[in-house]
Amino acid sequence: MGAAASGFRARVRAQKTSRCRASKMNTIITISKREFTAYFTTPIAYVYLVTFLALINWLFFRGFFLMGQADLRSFFAITPWIFLFFVPAVAMGKWAEERKQGTLELLFTLPIRDRDLIFGKFFGSLGLIVAALLFTLPIALTAELLGNLDWGPVIGGYVGLTFLGGAFLAIGLAISSLTENQIIAFIGGVLACFVLYFLGSPLFSWGSGLIAQAMQYASLATHFESIERGVLDTRDIFYYLSVIGLALFANVKVLESWARK
Amino acid sequence: MIHIAELQKNFGNVRAVSNISFDVAKGEVVGLLGPNGAGKTTTMRLLTGFLTPDHGVVEVAGFSVQEKPLEARKCIGYLPENAPLYLDLEVTTYLQYIAALRGVEKNQISKRIRNVIELFELGDVVGRPIGQLSKGFRQRVGLAQALIHDPQVLILDEPTSGLDPNQITDIRQIIRNIGRERTVILSTHIMQEVEATCSRALIINKGELVGQGTLNELMHQGRGKTSYIVSAKVRRAVFAEALQKLSGVTIGEWLSAEGEVEQRVMLTGGNGHDRGEDLFQMAVQSGFPLTELRREKQSLEEVFRELTQ
Repeated sequence: MGAAASGFRARVRAQKTSRCRASKMNTIITISKREFTAYFTTPIAYVYLVTFLALINWLFFRGFFLMGQADLRSFFAITPWIFLFFVPAVAMGKWAEERKQGTLELLFTLPIRDRDLIFGKFFGSLGLIVAALLFTLPIALTAELLGNLDWGPVIGGYVGLTFLGGAFLAIGLAISSLTENQIIAFIGGVLACFVLYFLGSPLFSWGSGLIAQAMQYASLATHFESIERGVLDTRDIFYYLSVIGLALFANVKVLESWARK
Repeated sequence: MIHIAELQKNFGNVRAVSNISFDVAKGEVVGLLGPNGAGKTTTMRLLTGFLTPDHGVVEVAGFSVQEKPLEARKCIGYLPENAPLYLDLEVTTYLQYIAALRGVEKNQISKRIRNVIELFELGDVVGRPIGQLSKGFRQRVGLAQALIHDPQVLILDEPTSGLDPNQITDIRQIIRNIGRERTVILSTHIMQEVEATCSRALIINKGELVGQGTLNELMHQGRGKTSYIVSAKVRRAVFAEALQKLSGVTIGEWLSAEGEVEQRVMLTGGNGHDRGEDLFQMAVQSGFPLTELRREKQSLEEVFRELTQ
């Protein structure tokens, strides 16, 4: 009797938590969808995508036919550079505009958790970055047609680019939450991403001391290079997830210091 | 429905809200009145959980806004000042988005949208992006958004600002109707708005609650003074002497010139007692022909001015 009752209670509890979780997921999905489609209700997304694809195709094919080799190494070397400008541009308006228009006040009084809102924005914008990457697949297919492409490093490279894009995006969003001005958000985002990407390069860290090593570890580029070689190391994935997590956490805190003060 | 106790909020050194307490029951429409910068918007933002109080209790529908924020916010429909909206979204897409985030069941969403579109007469603008709409329609979309989940408590920050007189009348009518079954708290600095829509008013000045009550109570609150205008065909000296004997009234201001046949005077009376009868008796006893005896009703505007200066 007692066991049956406690079993029943446990089931009810399980149902409750699963319903709760489902509603949180729904919130994140609803916001992500809105944030993704928001790019397409204005010409912004098309301008971004066309510029991104034109740049990457031109820069890649310029060298590809000269080299005469069917690999995408130069593609994975160029794309982070373009991401350095493309991703902060994707992120710049996300919070700055909400603050400026006052719509953030409405969002913050809806019955949703602050972090779900931030996750929703993040995944919605990540959608645009993933879409941009998908549109570069013809580059890989061209290489495959013309020669014998080794798909291992290519898949690794795409995974790496997605994580790198995610990290740049989380940083860009955090910067965007600091200001009402999109231009400041963009420039700030580019600078922050630039510093974090090149932290391990001789530009910032020299010698072989402990600090230099730490900076090399903390650099986004170090981890991208190993993924790009086709090595999917859990440590690199963990690193990217921590950068994204930290930046989004900072994002929540910035917005809460502004709204829930 | 709404319970606020000892609410306090500072921004740096500025005290935006200082020790405000009030309750609003179900079925009441309460107006939050005050000059610009008095703390109306801050009070509303504290109510909706957008801001966190430094001290005090805010409860909506029995939920503490700080401790059970999601439950409390579920019961609230909020229209922030200037009705911020997503200008790129089409009207129904916007309402769908807000409905989903406000937790309206999926199969109820289109029904609720139809309801609010009908209520606010938005049929003509369906299909157009909000950015193309006039100020009046935007305000109505904002109100529609606040009512989409059929909330128990409605918080409206200056709901009629920027509307034309016809739209204002419509919106006030709608608010009165909504207020029958729900709790509405609206802020405004327009007196007529309170007279037209609210059953009760709270007057805020410099972050403090300086007056509250039904409109009648507030009118009497002022300084408890009423003024009378009395005219009689009598010489001023005689008139003044008779008036001075009367207790409870003092001569405020002569409204006629010294030598005129008919002397007109404004009197102020204290203690909230009606002195009209005494004035009449005085005139009868002294034997002057009384040509005018009028009690000036204090308007809400005067009360407001008195309380907020």
